[in-house]
Amino acid sequence: MTTVSQPGIKDTTQELARWARLLRYDTLRMISNAASGHPGGCMSMAEILTCLYFHEMKVDPQQPDWLDRDRFILSKGHCAPILYAALARKGYFPVDELRNLRKIGSFLHGHPDISTPGVDMTSGCLGQGLSAAVGMAMAGRIDRRDYRAFVVIGDGEMNEGQLWESAASASHFRLDRIIVVLDFNALQFDGTVHEVSNPGDVRGRWKSLGWNVLEIDGHDIPQILDALRQADECRGRPTIVVAHTIKGKGVPFMEGDYLWHSLMDNDLLTSFVKEMHDELQRDPDGFDADRLW
Amino acid sequence: MTTAAPKRELPTRHAYGETLVELGREDDRIVVLEADISKSTQTYRFAEAFPDRFFNVGVAEQNMMCMAAGAAICGRIPFVSTYAVFGSMRACEQMRTSVAYPKLNVNIAVSHAGLTAYDDGVTHQAVEDLGIVRSIPNMTVLQPCDAPSTRKAVRAAVEIDGPVYLRLTRIAMPILYDDNVDFQIGKAIRLRTGGDVTIVAVGDMVFQAREAAERLAAQGIEVDLLDMHTIKPLDVDALLDSATKTGAVVTAEDHNVLGGLGSAVAEALGEHCPTPLLRVGLQDTFAQSGSYGDLLRHYGMDASHLVEAAQRVMRRKQ
Amino acid sequence: MSCSATRTASMRTAYGEALVEVGRTNPNVVVLDADLSKATKTSLFAEAFPDRFFNIGIAEQNMTTVAAGLATCGKIPFATSLAVFSTMRACEQVRTSVALTNLNVKIVGFYGGLCTAENGPTHQCIADLGVMRPLPNMTVLAPADAPSCKACVRWAVEHPGPVYLRGLRDGEPVLYDETGPADVSRIQIHREGNDGAILVNGFMLHLALEAADRLAARKIHITVADVITIKPIDQKTLLEIAGNVPCVLSVEEHNVLGGMGSAVAEVLAQKHPLPMRIMGVPDVFSNSGKHSLLLEAAGLTTEKIVENAVELLAAT
Repeated sequence: MTTVSQPGIKDTTQELARWARLLRYDTLRMISNAASGHPGGCMSMAEILTCLYFHEMKVDPQQPDWLDRDRFILSKGHCAPILYAALARKGYFPVDELRNLRKIGSFLHGHPDISTPGVDMTSGCLGQGLSAAVGMAMAGRIDRRDYRAFVVIGDGEMNEGQLWESAASASHFRLDRIIVVLDFNALQFDGTVHEVSNPGDVRGRWKSLGWNVLEIDGHDIPQILDALRQADECRGRPTIVVAHTIKGKGVPFMEGDYLWHSLMDNDLLTSFVKEMHDELQRDPDGFDADRLW
Repeated sequence: MTTAAPKRELPTRHAYGETLVELGREDDRIVVLEADISKSTQTYRFAEAFPDRFFNVGVAEQNMMCMAAGAAICGRIPFVSTYAVFGSMRACEQMRTSVAYPKLNVNIAVSHAGLTAYDDGVTHQAVEDLGIVRSIPNMTVLQPCDAPSTRKAVRAAVEIDGPVYLRLTRIAMPILYDDNVDFQIGKAIRLRTGGDVTIVAVGDMVFQAREAAERLAAQGIEVDLLDMHTIKPLDVDALLDSATKTGAVVTAEDHNVLGGLGSAVAEALGEHCPTPLLRVGLQDTFAQSGSYGDLLRHYGMDASHLVEAAQRVMRRKQ
Repeated sequence: MSCSATRTASMRTAYGEALVEVGRTNPNVVVLDADLSKATKTSLFAEAFPDRFFNIGIAEQNMTTVAAGLATCGKIPFATSLAVFSTMRACEQVRTSVALTNLNVKIVGFYGGLCTAENGPTHQCIADLGVMRPLPNMTVLAPADAPSCKACVRWAVEHPGPVYLRGLRDGEPVLYDETGPADVSRIQIHREGNDGAILVNGFMLHLALEAADRLAARKIHITVADVITIKPIDQKTLLEIAGNVPCVLSVEEHNVLGGMGSAVAEVLAQKHPLPMRIMGVPDVFSNSGKHSLLLEAAGLTTEKIVENAVELLAAT
């Protein structure tokens, strides 16, 4: 684990923590509105996604098709709501659109679709995201562009054979512009990752394939920022950041409960969303009331 | 006709999960394999009852398919459970090479058929699977419409020697049949007798077809309505019997109109009894996220579109 | 097995040559292979453009999604393997990463049908057309010979969107001139006659032409048409043909369920019901052995085409 003591980092951390909180709120509100979705895995990746979209990634919401932008693939596509929240807050589309999650006519599909502004790749069928990133990084190499391809994968995806095919390709072709963050909340749909399938020595599996492996607390913003910086500096091989997280983080009744992979109790969630709304409004460090919905 | 008045609703995946437990009690050869979604596919019921015969392989459908083949070779009767997208496509070649080619008694039971996956979105809506699985020799392809016929279908899948693809719904379906429904693989069930137009429906679309038939009856058009729960092998006799009588056919499926029930019916009619046909289903497009009812309406698959299709095809009678 | 064509050529070699040709004129063309570049002849492209060739290894699923990633960045990838692996091992990847996204990815699978004969049913592929056809946004091509395969490659580069190209192997009779058909998306009429029509694709074309010759000797004049594009099928030409004949026979080196015959049946039933017969592999896995013997076992011979045509005509 690494520690960081850069000047100004405290302000950055505070600012990013506020964004993460807002994304959590947006996400839970969207899922409670739609009365379906996958909240647990969204909560575990709130800080990771915040650090990517509000600090690390070179993107421009005004030009979603900018050729030199960093690419982002949410390989664990069932966590689309928090990606949509980040894209809306970043300015790709109006926050108001978040009301239409999973509704006909909206581009906010149940799982990410390439036609949605800011979404670089369709996902949701697990284990495919890293392969797409390999293709993007190959294209970047051919075109001599130095964009990066970021992928967030879930731990359950390590069950899928294709993930390991793509892991081998990324290191074989020395695609150092690929940065994977593993949201290691240790829970999948049917139970803990150990109950469902043996994940083995996770660090060792990636290391043996030639990856640069970093390991952090995935809710600790300075650690996330530092890992992303190290990953960017790494040359000749791709990087995976093994981020230890808590599924349902930030929602007491959800934390560590694998049953909240999917929406368990919408009444409970809806009342929590109301409380969160009031709390955010009262918070002097929080956001202006008009940013909430 | 063995139909009961709709009293309650149940997703057919629930009927599947319940029947697995009964079968598990009766026959210790039954084993169940699952890919990390047991609470969704309802195999968790079997897991609770028979933990030693339940194998959760994780999110690894291809591996699961070949494991089932291995178990079948050793005398077990495996049920493989996942979503239709993954059962038919992620593990497509494994199904074909390890299950269909050696003709093993592996039963592939898949939930989230077509638009019944509704707001999970297009990635999880299988609208191609019937066409894909139908193209593979030795496969039997079933989609019962309600819970009682699903219970019978699960049992029939065990009985026949060879692989079965059983398509189930995410959402609740009305109860159409009583518990004694005469469900036989390859034998369509006639739900209505009429001489003006044939509607051949499968799975959840049976309910839209019933409603359409009632509305058409009110206009004096009598529908011959078949529940074609077995897409392969198709009940060609029942189809031809009906088409010869009515001279106009509509198919209704929660699937692309290319490759599935509509194509199977087109093939049979073309070869034996050329008849005007309209195929209702997704018109070779991916859908989107939304409620099931909204999606059916938007993509022209609800009862009113079936009524319209029946009227149109009747105008083309020779 | 005799054929009316005077010479044969290797379709896979034609494919490799066509890739080099389009690679020269279009810098966005990239090629991926799954450890079979010597068999699929993508090795020709690899030698000419090493920086635009990626051997992914035996990992077809990965290859397919990698191709999708390349396409998101403006490349035109040709992801190449054997038909059974391109369409079935990587089926869900083709559907989710390529068809659903509507990306400009070309999926190419060789050894379509029974032509990899001695390698047996595991490597033969009689289901690929049926597997690809239900995927929305997919274009499905099945050329008959080397020149038409080259034309398909050129066409695919010019037409954005997902394409599945079914390749054969070696020794296919050459039935088109050097430049191939001008527009592969149109049904190509090789013989015209009003007594009936035979619709074919791939290796069956030369058998159908031979059958037409034999039928002509018996004063039965039939149309023979090559359906290169199985999807979207050229409805206009198909209906024009159907309008002039009493019956249609479809012949393909594919399962009788789900392939071209099915596509023809759909159109006819919807627009112009007509007696038809679907010839193909009768919904069974084949065997290991000589290609000609496997075709014979499946009833895909000139004699059987003649026999079926005569029976069908007699019944209508």
